[in-house]
Amino acid sequence: MGKFMQGYLDEQFMELEELQDDANPNFVEEVAASYFKDSARLINNIDQALRRGPLDFNRLDSYMHQFKGSSTSIGASKVKTECTMFREYCRAGNAEGCLRTFQELKKEHATLRKKLEHYFQVQASDQLCVINQLQNMC
Amino acid sequence: MAEVMRSETLNISNNTSSLASPELLHVLAVDDSIVDRKFIERLLRVSSCKVTVVDSATRALQYLGLDGDNNSVGFEDLKINLIMTDYSMPGMTGYELLKKIKESSAFKEIPVVIMSSENILPRIDRCLEEGAEDFLLKPVKLSDVKRLRDSLLKAEERVFKNIMHKRELEANDIYSQLKRTKI
Repeated sequence: MGKFMQGYLDEQFMELEELQDDANPNFVEEVAASYFKDSARLINNIDQALRRGPLDFNRLDSYMHQFKGSSTSIGASKVKTECTMFREYCRAGNAEGCLRTFQELKKEHATLRKKLEHYFQVQASDQLCVINQLQNMC
Repeated sequence: MAEVMRSETLNISNNTSSLASPELLHVLAVDDSIVDRKFIERLLRVSSCKVTVVDSATRALQYLGLDGDNNSVGFEDLKINLIMTDYSMPGMTGYELLKKIKESSAFKEIPVVIMSSENILPRIDRCLEEGAEDFLLKPVKLSDVKRLRDSLLKAEERVFKNIMHKRELEANDIYSQLKRTKI
């Protein structure tokens, strides 16, 4: 995975890669796609909930529990850390902390998305290279 | 030599093992998170299990035929060897699902495993007291799934061997009958 992903993804991502095989070559990419679709929905819900004052910390915590869960399952370590912090602020009833942390979370999430898109593109072109090489041998 | 034998003419017993097929365990997985559903499904398939995944406890009960009134008996022909459910789900929790399954006569013997991202001891105790087979911390590991599968297969193997032996005896019996009629 290398330096490109370091810190952003943990061993759980590697576990996902181990589950991929020739019969299911797009498994990780599919999981990532589901993750980003689902997290976009959650981000939207949280955004809206943060605009309604006074904040409903229980609801926010519930959204963040889901977000943390799926982030953990895909191995998104930085996003997971922000989720944990956000939940701490929820429990403390700290609205400002929540808002600040959420901005950070969205940044990390966007960065991860870009990195993964690039990662899958590189994988795909690597695979094409191998195929080309094999074809040239014939 | 052998003519194709039609099953109506044979008196082979209809007992089947609870395995979906001789080799495959059928697992019902329940989780409201789409990422976790994809993950657990893959873990189970890689472990050579047949998988049915649903997104809520309510749908799990529907699938099992337990969603009617208190007299729901469940679908008789449904072969499930293991149920794996998330604990925290909106609506009905995994714990409540566990209770309903253990209250049903049709499915109370089926092992139920609870999965949770939170390591809360009273929660774990409560689930085990209610009859959960195991409690797994998320993210679930492939080794967890394989361990479950292996212990279930061991139990099923014994049942299956008995049935295969019985069928062998019955087939030998029919073969001898056929030989006699040809003569």
